[in-house]
Amino acid sequence: MVFRTRRLAVASVAVAAATALVAGCATGSSGSTSGADGGTLTLWTHNAGNSAELDVVKKIIKDFNGSQSKYKVELQAFPQSSYNDSVVAAASARKLPCLLDVDGPNVPNWAWGGYLAPIDVSGSEVPLSAQLPSTIGRYQDKVYAFGFYDVSLAFFARKSVLNEYGIRIPTIDKPWTKAEFDSALAKLKKSGKFEYPLEMGTGGLGEWYSYGYSPQLQSFGGDLIDRDGYKTASGTLDGKNAVEWATWFRSLVSKGYLSKKSGVDPNKDFLAGKSALHWDGSWNAVKNADKLGDDLAVIPPVDFGHGPRIGGASWQWAMSSTCSDKAGAQAWLKFSRQTKYFVDYAKATGTIPATDAAAKQVDGYQPGGKFNVFVQYARKFAEVRPATPAYPYISTEFQKATQDILAGADPKNALGQAAKAIDNNLKTNHYDAG
Amino acid sequence: MTTMTAALERLRPVRRTRTTHARRRESLTALGMATPAVVLLIVFLVVPVALTFALAFTDARLISPTPARFVGLRNFTQLFQDPVFFKSLRNTAYFAAVVVPLQAGLALVLALLVNAKVRGVNFFRTVYFLPVVTSMVVVSLLWTFLYRQDGLVNHVLSALTFGHVQGRDWLGDPATAMPAIILMSVWQGVGFHMIIWLAGLQTIPAELYEAADLDGATRWHRFRHVTWPGLRATRTFVLITITIASFGLFTQINVMTEGGPLDSTTTVVYQAMRTGYEQQQTAYAAAVSLVFFVLVLTVSLVQRFLTREKD
Repeated sequence: MVFRTRRLAVASVAVAAATALVAGCATGSSGSTSGADGGTLTLWTHNAGNSAELDVVKKIIKDFNGSQSKYKVELQAFPQSSYNDSVVAAASARKLPCLLDVDGPNVPNWAWGGYLAPIDVSGSEVPLSAQLPSTIGRYQDKVYAFGFYDVSLAFFARKSVLNEYGIRIPTIDKPWTKAEFDSALAKLKKSGKFEYPLEMGTGGLGEWYSYGYSPQLQSFGGDLIDRDGYKTASGTLDGKNAVEWATWFRSLVSKGYLSKKSGVDPNKDFLAGKSALHWDGSWNAVKNADKLGDDLAVIPPVDFGHGPRIGGASWQWAMSSTCSDKAGAQAWLKFSRQTKYFVDYAKATGTIPATDAAAKQVDGYQPGGKFNVFVQYARKFAEVRPATPAYPYISTEFQKATQDILAGADPKNALGQAAKAIDNNLKTNHYDAG
Repeated sequence: MTTMTAALERLRPVRRTRTTHARRRESLTALGMATPAVVLLIVFLVVPVALTFALAFTDARLISPTPARFVGLRNFTQLFQDPVFFKSLRNTAYFAAVVVPLQAGLALVLALLVNAKVRGVNFFRTVYFLPVVTSMVVVSLLWTFLYRQDGLVNHVLSALTFGHVQGRDWLGDPATAMPAIILMSVWQGVGFHMIIWLAGLQTIPAELYEAADLDGATRWHRFRHVTWPGLRATRTFVLITITIASFGLFTQINVMTEGGPLDSTTTVVYQAMRTGYEQQQTAYAAAVSLVFFVLVLTVSLVQRFLTREKD
């Protein structure tokens, strides 16, 4: 009797569990579309906690909902640190919203993974052709996303300090050469006033490494991957030029120019006069100008031999492939493409407006304005991070290699190991599928 | 499953004295009580473990348009050629080999100290236990600041030696990063095992100590022949829990060093998380976890065997 009861118990528990599982899977796979319900479209953004930018999103939604009665967009904001995880989880459960924002370099990965659908925004107030190329997310010749702004990289310095040590203040037409840069660092170090004259945010982890340092690698003539077909990194990431970059990068630490792990707030350290040159994003430009006034020098990236380089692409808007009301989603995307919103975004975030028409209306960014150099850098020097679905993987490997190089690893080995891992990943991951 | 079997077994002695009806009701109750736990165990433990085993032999990825395909042992051959994996294994073993004796020993010393019947002993118990109830993430962040080149540790060192010792960037140096993390982990975890030892100490009957005193035993003899044998079961528990916890070293690494510098602090669990999540290589991470599972199981079985009841 007991035996039978036990068997019954086991069986019923197993059945209950199996039912729960099957039910779980069924709800997972049956809903092939999501994100919209009777004209109501869900929108996800990474901006929770960034109220300035979030307010612009809210304003566009309010205007859109008020402008017509067919669709209603509903906002859900996530903190940036958990945003990508939420999207990946939602995609696995086929519960993606109709509209979502995506960090530029991730567009090819998400498009390849089937998260995003190509968008068609023709007929909107601002045509795509008016935008900075780096603000449009393309994959395999299709447009998947567009952004309202971009950011730029530059060196910040004090004119008074540079003049004091007889260092030429470079211009966009005549940037520093490698030799000039090295001698400037040597002079600043020799002054004894700066423990580490150069600040490049080496304490920050994650995407900053790829965004901040891969342009320097490119200026040396190397790159993260051979962009011809995106099939291999060997010979490019660990080629002669790349090793030269890595050796130079390491020498910054060994010569005492650069801390291998900078402080918690590099911008604060620069403003406090702890460092003389700060390699940083344009997002700190307004703050620096407020503090230093006319003494602030915005210096273009150094030409290490293959032209000055900065990264391109910031957050962009896209539509999910599972969206059940694509017409509604497209309508919102088109509606948002008005110059006034480009202006609002740039003002709220202190970033470069994606169109010239908008730049004219943003303080400092109009032609001749003190921040207009950033627009020119973005037009002249910007190179988007490799537009391949393998990018997230490539980026993690580059981050690790760069950290190891800063810590004193052999440059050739560190880059070789990264190139090998990337090639292996490219071979086994079916990036040409989908 | 064990819970349920145990519950059903407990019914046996009363079987003959009750009616069939009552018995059936009781087993239904038992079943009802066991079901939530069993369902949770199946969904959150059995299924994921089974999935890990299966995924390790495929090319599943976190983001991919193509379904996972069976690839045989490819992940494992790749794993055994991965220099980072061997560094992870070495670091994990190093951490466990130092932390297990250090933390268990220190916890026992603390337990003996706070077991004394003196005033204010509750205060010390609380102080030693405080780090345990603080989140490991918070503790790791705080210690990251302490360990900095210009952090508190170096200031104290400099002050104590009148400026003769200049500290270093403890977490930025491959030679000191792991010892620094070990020190912090022991500090954080020692309170918990102190409480376990303390519980064990208080189960030892006071008569045994009285008898030992009458026999004129020294403090050492009392410890060696009364306390130590009395802590037999506690010892096994402490040993196995610390071992398993130290094999799972992850939070400190993720917050403080991200495996660096130069892979000197990367661990197996950290590597599994990094490949599986950041690098989207689900199947490869599953293979790492599978190998890790086998290693932990082996070590636990060996420990069980060594600490078994010999009679």
